[in-house]
Amino acid sequence: MDDTNIFDDDLYRQIIIDHYQNPHHQGALECPTHHLEGFNASCGDSLELDLKIEDGKVTAVGFEGSGCAISMTSTSMLTDLILGKSVEEAKRITKAFKARLLGKDEDGCEDVDIGELEALDGVKAYPVRIKCALLSWNTLSEGLEHPEGLIMQ
Amino acid sequence: MSLSDMSSEMSLGDLRADFPVFADGDPERPLAYLDSAASSQMPRQVIEAMVNFQSHSYANIHRGLYRLSGASTAAYDSARQTVASFIGASDRNEVIFTSGATASLNFLAYSWGEKNIQAGDEIALPLSEHHANLVPWQQLALRKGAKLRWIELTPEGTIDWASLQEALSHRPKLLTFAWVSNVFGTVHPVAKIAKLAHEAGATVVLDGSQGVPHLECDVQRLGVDFLAFSGHKMLGPTGIGVLWGRMSCLEELPPFLYGGDMISIVKRERSSWAEIPNRFEAGTPNITGAVGLSAACAYLSRIGFADIRSHDLMLMEYAIRRLEEAGATVLGPKDLQQRSGVLSFRYKKLHPHDIATILGRDEVCVRAGHHCCQPLMREIGMTGTTRASFYVYNTRADIDRLAESLAKVGDIFHIAPCPCTKIGHKPAPLASDAAPCTQEESCGECSCKLLNQSH
Ligand SMILES: Cc1ncc(COP(=O)(O)O)c(C=O)c1O
Repeated sequence: MDDTNIFDDDLYRQIIIDHYQNPHHQGALECPTHHLEGFNASCGDSLELDLKIEDGKVTAVGFEGSGCAISMTSTSMLTDLILGKSVEEAKRITKAFKARLLGKDEDGCEDVDIGELEALDGVKAYPVRIKCALLSWNTLSEGLEHPEGLIMQ
Repeated sequence: MSLSDMSSEMSLGDLRADFPVFADGDPERPLAYLDSAASSQMPRQVIEAMVNFQSHSYANIHRGLYRLSGASTAAYDSARQTVASFIGASDRNEVIFTSGATASLNFLAYSWGEKNIQAGDEIALPLSEHHANLVPWQQLALRKGAKLRWIELTPEGTIDWASLQEALSHRPKLLTFAWVSNVFGTVHPVAKIAKLAHEAGATVVLDGSQGVPHLECDVQRLGVDFLAFSGHKMLGPTGIGVLWGRMSCLEELPPFLYGGDMISIVKRERSSWAEIPNRFEAGTPNITGAVGLSAACAYLSRIGFADIRSHDLMLMEYAIRRLEEAGATVLGPKDLQQRSGVLSFRYKKLHPHDIATILGRDEVCVRAGHHCCQPLMREIGMTGTTRASFYVYNTRADIDRLAESLAKVGDIFHIAPCPCTKIGHKPAPLASDAAPCTQEESCGECSCKLLNQSH
């Protein structure tokens, strides 16, 4: 058998395993302003993302759901990245990350700092897994684009 | 590993050499193809039969008055005869070629269903049915105002007998079920179930997609009214499958697809139908596919189902042992005799897609997810399983590769091997995510706690 160095894994990097085993901001929010739901039919993965948006800023975030290491990590990183950011910034990060994974050029994304999300670059080599990495981001962007029916209070 | 090592582990002789796909790739790391329940690989005999036919005997069938069309028609008719003999049909005209099991079952839901199901009628089926044997009936029930009556499963994935009898006590018009579950690998006792269902007045449909490739099929002994299966899970090509029906049942069916080749006389206002089976095969069929399927039947018959069965069970026994040693939880019946070549497992609460991705990098091909059985997954509280499935060309070496690769999954996720199995304790198959073991040194996944509090 080959002896791939497991610490060098191109897909399951250590930081991904860390997030997967200890996801950040797990748990529903007490009083969210937004409750977003995402579902990945082919994987059976589901996600409920709670946001508290005050004065155009994400002041609290929490999520519940189940999924693979890629989708859970991506969600955990999402919560870290958007917390404290304005809705506009959150949208820009979303656009930049999606463009990066899908290998597309997107105007106005060059200077966006996507932080730890770079660790998910390995997913590009596994086309069927890209949807796992994007589940939470698609859920977020759809929720932010069409907030009407999703605001709970 | 050398090829001779491999063949010594095979109970079926050296037939792996018949499959060109296994000659590809890295000889140090041959393909461990464990996804035959989705689609099997094709031996050169089947490929050559299709190439020969396509090269030398191909034309449209039926109406051609020239030599080549005659040859094509003869090949198509002969394919029907081969398939009929293969499944024990008494009349080759009981074999209707379709594009696959899904098409066969949809055909029934329309042709049989529209005629026989009325508002308030019941259709009984187990919760473990593949979407192909579930959604067509569900939609029929919705169109007609009929009711689906679900048959429950035991935690091992066998049919709950009380639930079956309860369902039959409501005198359903139809009972439909899979011969072999594509998730648990359970072999259901078809003849026994069919007899009870007939006594309750139901028509019986069998989804043979996973059964026909692995078990000797004799429609007389099975005692069902209709049987559906696909060519691509039994060494044949995609795009061809079968609906077999008892002639007395087929005679009652209206056509479903209308068009050429299925008519007798077409007038401006109305038409009459051709004889069975042409009545049910509108349009130009998949002639080359039928030739391929027939070659696959011939290939399987040459091996013989007694040997295919013992090979399956040898692999199954070995795989269960290797997987449990690796700390996986195997689903499905404990009794080997109740299993066929499908093995679903869970590993350390990890998501099946993560497992299958890592296995796939080692050329270990398994399937992961809900396996087109969402109602079942919901029932057993899982989003999916990882599934290895075997066929005639698999060896113990393939299963060693599976177990080794699974250990790698454990390494990547920093999971220690199950201490319970290290001390020789065999975790029992679990049908659902049971409460994890609270023992500090336990793997947290196995069912030791349910069996035995002390490890
Ligand atoms: C039990 C069962 N029924 C039906 C099908 C559908 O077969 P096909 O896709 O060839 O129509 C499958 C295939 O996955 C199956 O496993």
